[in-house]
Amino acid sequence: MSDIKVKNLWKEYGDNIVLENINLDVKTGEFVTLVGASGCGKTTFLKMLLGTEQPTRGELLLNGAPIAREPGADRGIVFQKYSVFSHLNVVENVMLGEELKESPLLGRCFGKRRRTIRERAIALLEKVGLDHALTKYPSELSGGMQQRLAIAQALIKQPQILLLDEPFGALDPGIRADMHDLILDIWRETKITIFMITHDLSEGFSLGTQLLVFDKQRHDPDQPNRYGASITYDIPVGRSEKQTINNIQDTLMTQQAKQND
Amino acid sequence: MKRLINQRPGTLGKCLLGLLPFVLIGIVYFYFSSERLAINPNDKLMPSMQSFIDAVSYLAFEPSKRTGDYVLWADTAASLQRLGLGVGISALTGLIIGILVGIIPLVRAGIAPVITIISLVPPLAILPILFIIFGLGELSKVMLIVLGITPFLIRDVQLRVMALPQEIIIKAQTLGANSWQLILRVVLPQVLPKLIDAVRLSLGSAWLFLIAAEAISATEGLGYRIFLVRRYMSMDIILPYVLWITLLAFLMDFLLRRLSKTAFPWHSTDQGESK
Repeated sequence: MSDIKVKNLWKEYGDNIVLENINLDVKTGEFVTLVGASGCGKTTFLKMLLGTEQPTRGELLLNGAPIAREPGADRGIVFQKYSVFSHLNVVENVMLGEELKESPLLGRCFGKRRRTIRERAIALLEKVGLDHALTKYPSELSGGMQQRLAIAQALIKQPQILLLDEPFGALDPGIRADMHDLILDIWRETKITIFMITHDLSEGFSLGTQLLVFDKQRHDPDQPNRYGASITYDIPVGRSEKQTINNIQDTLMTQQAKQND
Repeated sequence: MKRLINQRPGTLGKCLLGLLPFVLIGIVYFYFSSERLAINPNDKLMPSMQSFIDAVSYLAFEPSKRTGDYVLWADTAASLQRLGLGVGISALTGLIIGILVGIIPLVRAGIAPVITIISLVPPLAILPILFIIFGLGELSKVMLIVLGITPFLIRDVQLRVMALPQEIIIKAQTLGANSWQLILRVVLPQVLPKLIDAVRLSLGSAWLFLIAAEAISATEGLGYRIFLVRRYMSMDIILPYVLWITLLAFLMDFLLRRLSKTAFPWHSTDQGESK
């Protein structure tokens, strides 16, 4: 169970209103993709789910209870960069989450317990296709392999929600397609709820089951920070019509054009 | 002919070019030394090679008539012990306090201002206080080194901890780490190689404080010896001692660099340096 409910949520930094009046319902097992121009608050929204930012007003509920105000093991994260620990090799990176749980004092396991954890980690690494590089350090891996590692590392905790902050933004197009297959496989297999930020609208459509578009509905040219962004489209992807998709594409294009001016 | 900025020396050329200044310094020194000695054979300012060899073999290979020790080795052992203790204590203190100040905002708010103020106190100015409190024995000399370099090490470690990408701190929390586990499994291993770098940088100051303390109050030690024989203008002892100290400092730096590379193989590649 990992139902997310957002009610009248606002986020402000002083006078700067980032998000206004966000309302949202996400059922367990949805693949939610977040798109929008840069600076429109989708990262802020993800950070509130993660727990590193708190809403100014409104409610953010996970299974009916307010979401924890700091990061925790129920919400896994993969960032665009620096998601893995450079001082640990591939298998140690994945083992870490379990070792921390098993050994509160040292955060490190030995003997039989270590071997059990290691086997689980290797099984996960096989799933993401990294079982050939168990003893390599992250700096020896390509960008795509580092992201695979970051995903495996997050999955060992079996989080209820997986948050992805432009995870494939820095990757080459070919590798990106492989990663799309990988994340879809994992999503189908684990039935996990995924929130993924992306700059790429087609990525948002092809991966997601629920697409959220963040945009400012009101604009004050003299005071750009007067109004915040809200969710302008909340579409069940796959069940929506071609016309809507085209509309969104158009609005996003004009948004980008406006920003570039 | 390539442009000057594109011409690179080979391995042999690099060695020769590197040695050239040393050879030049040697030639200049011994030229003027022999000139002076030709005018006045008793000149003490620029001794000849023979005087150096005599002085060094007397200090290094003949037991002292007064104590029975081999003076050079006894001095070296005494100085290295003080230096090792001082730097070791400083590194440990710097590591522990630096990590706590860097990662725990509550500790930072409480301690950072005090550390900033302490780091501004010139250590040599409080040397008399150290002599009064800790006596003239080993402790006051070690304490001078500790007081001299610990604030720098604390602040360096603190900055390194705060410069760690927020992503890995958050990631560790999503893997269920509590504050203690986060420090032990993520922050500590990430800053250890950086601590070694900081210690390498602080070694120069450590030697400075050691020699200053030994010059004022000691019965043996490299700094003590230099300042003792200064009274007799014994350049034949002072210069070899200075060279010896330089060599020791170089060796320490070299060993720390090797330690950093072998103990933290991930670090140099992490920094984008060639392997």
